[in-house]
Amino acid sequence: MIYVIQTALELGFMYALVAMALFLSYRILDIADLTTDSGFVLGAAVSVTVAAAGHPFLAVGAALIAGACAGFVTAFLQTRLGVPSILAGIVTNTGLYTVNLMVMGWSSNASLLKQETMFTILKDTGIGGDWYKLILAGGITVAAGLFLVWFLGTRIGLSIRATGDNADMVRASSVNPVFTITVGLCISNALTALSGAVVGQYQKSADINSGTGIVVIGLACLIIGETLTGRRSMAKGVLAAVIGSIVYRFIYAMILKTGVVPIECLKLVTAVVVALAIAAPMLKEGLLFQRRKLGAARKGGR
Amino acid sequence: MLKLENIKKTFNPGTVNEKCAIRNLSLHLERGDFATVIGSNGAGKSTMMNAIAGVFYADEGSILLDGEDITFLPEYRRSRVIGRLFQDPLRGTAPHMTIEENLALAYLRTSRGNAPFSRISKKDKDFFREQLLLLDMGLEDRMKQPVGLLSGGQRQALTLLMATMVPPKLLLLDEHTAALDPGTAEKVLELTRRIIEKNGTTCLMVTHNMQQALTMGNRTLMMDDGGIILDIKGEERANMTVPELLERFRTGAGKALDNDRILLS
Repeated sequence: MIYVIQTALELGFMYALVAMALFLSYRILDIADLTTDSGFVLGAAVSVTVAAAGHPFLAVGAALIAGACAGFVTAFLQTRLGVPSILAGIVTNTGLYTVNLMVMGWSSNASLLKQETMFTILKDTGIGGDWYKLILAGGITVAAGLFLVWFLGTRIGLSIRATGDNADMVRASSVNPVFTITVGLCISNALTALSGAVVGQYQKSADINSGTGIVVIGLACLIIGETLTGRRSMAKGVLAAVIGSIVYRFIYAMILKTGVVPIECLKLVTAVVVALAIAAPMLKEGLLFQRRKLGAARKGGR
Repeated sequence: MLKLENIKKTFNPGTVNEKCAIRNLSLHLERGDFATVIGSNGAGKSTMMNAIAGVFYADEGSILLDGEDITFLPEYRRSRVIGRLFQDPLRGTAPHMTIEENLALAYLRTSRGNAPFSRISKKDKDFFREQLLLLDMGLEDRMKQPVGLLSGGQRQALTLLMATMVPPKLLLLDEHTAALDPGTAEKVLELTRRIIEKNGTTCLMVTHNMQQALTMGNRTLMMDDGGIILDIKGEERANMTVPELLERFRTGAGKALDNDRILLS
């Protein structure tokens, strides 16, 4: 049981970075960035490939840069070339598939056999005992979360937030929205790639399909978290990403353990949960309206 | 200060919806001029404001501000020196950000040399509080609240503050009180007058209130069919009444002033 909890926490922290990335792109910039799926694989592929060459820490830096580049391409397509934002993400996502194959030496997966990873290095130091994986995964996510909260309070962070909130106002206060969208998407995709990089070293492998549906899972995590923490401040938003992700992994572990839902169906369940959660305000409004209409009809009949 | 030379702008050129919004428009504002702008529907008032602000580039002609040619300068660069208020009070502020954060964003204009990673300091906060006090709306005690909770009038007053906190070279007001209730409109207008007077800001204000057009500022411009047909100031303006102004318009444009929102109060 303790092993299940441990794994759920580890995975929760690592995938929380994706939810954080979506908090930045989807909630703050108001852009549904579909670069995420391949961006995650890009991070994993770069991380595993560079770690295989013997540089596990450099691998994370390389993954961050690769992710930022992917974000830049998406941002360039939508801000400079007028590609609609969702399409821009899909185009980059599609192109990245080939890039990912290339990074892994034209193979659909890459793995670390005997090479060191950040995790094995920490294990060898003996710090944390059995919990070393959790310490590393948690440490990276907390550091990234603190960075994000700090960043969103700086002048450039404020400009990014305003861009998603009121673009008219941003232009009228001497901020270039092209610049803020670009910086925002670079950071969010760097976070996604960071998640892939850590997961890649954790699992000692990267697979071309490991990112499928990760954008929906990330959104689910974010929405679960937001129902628990609320959405008032930036710190709460980042916290929501982390808590939501951990909760999601616990639910996942429960399902896996008890077999309530066949594991093959999990993505469908996740998709339904996300769709319902995003549709909730609309559904609520519709329900209230129908009730009022019924009430009025009943009164009129008498 | 502001010099428009033969500005021309056509929307949807080459289509059935082609519309020449302003043609051969020239205007020269002196430093400290505060000009009101009135005109019929579709006379090109907002188009002129947008051309100056850089929402689009003029098809022909040039725009000079304080000796600098800004004809091809993008909108966000111009807004470093041009403050702007829209008619819709919701357009000028970010609703999900706090009052303090909105002010900090507007304050960016001055901080060209400032580090992009600097945060709102204690000093900034004190400065913002001081500025909010001038509005006399109790906003100084609500600095941590999101702007979306404020009323339209409060938001417009805040926008005015954001546009003028660091005095801009030019202030553009596009019917900025038109969407407010009369009482609030009067208050925002009074604030506008006070701030402009204090800073000696050069200002262009579009209005549909004829009385305002004559009493606010020191010049009155009348627009029709994409050009300025009347420019009165000084003694002539001081002695002008609203009926006379309408008569001048009729002779200038060859037709009666046609604006469904005009107020003759």
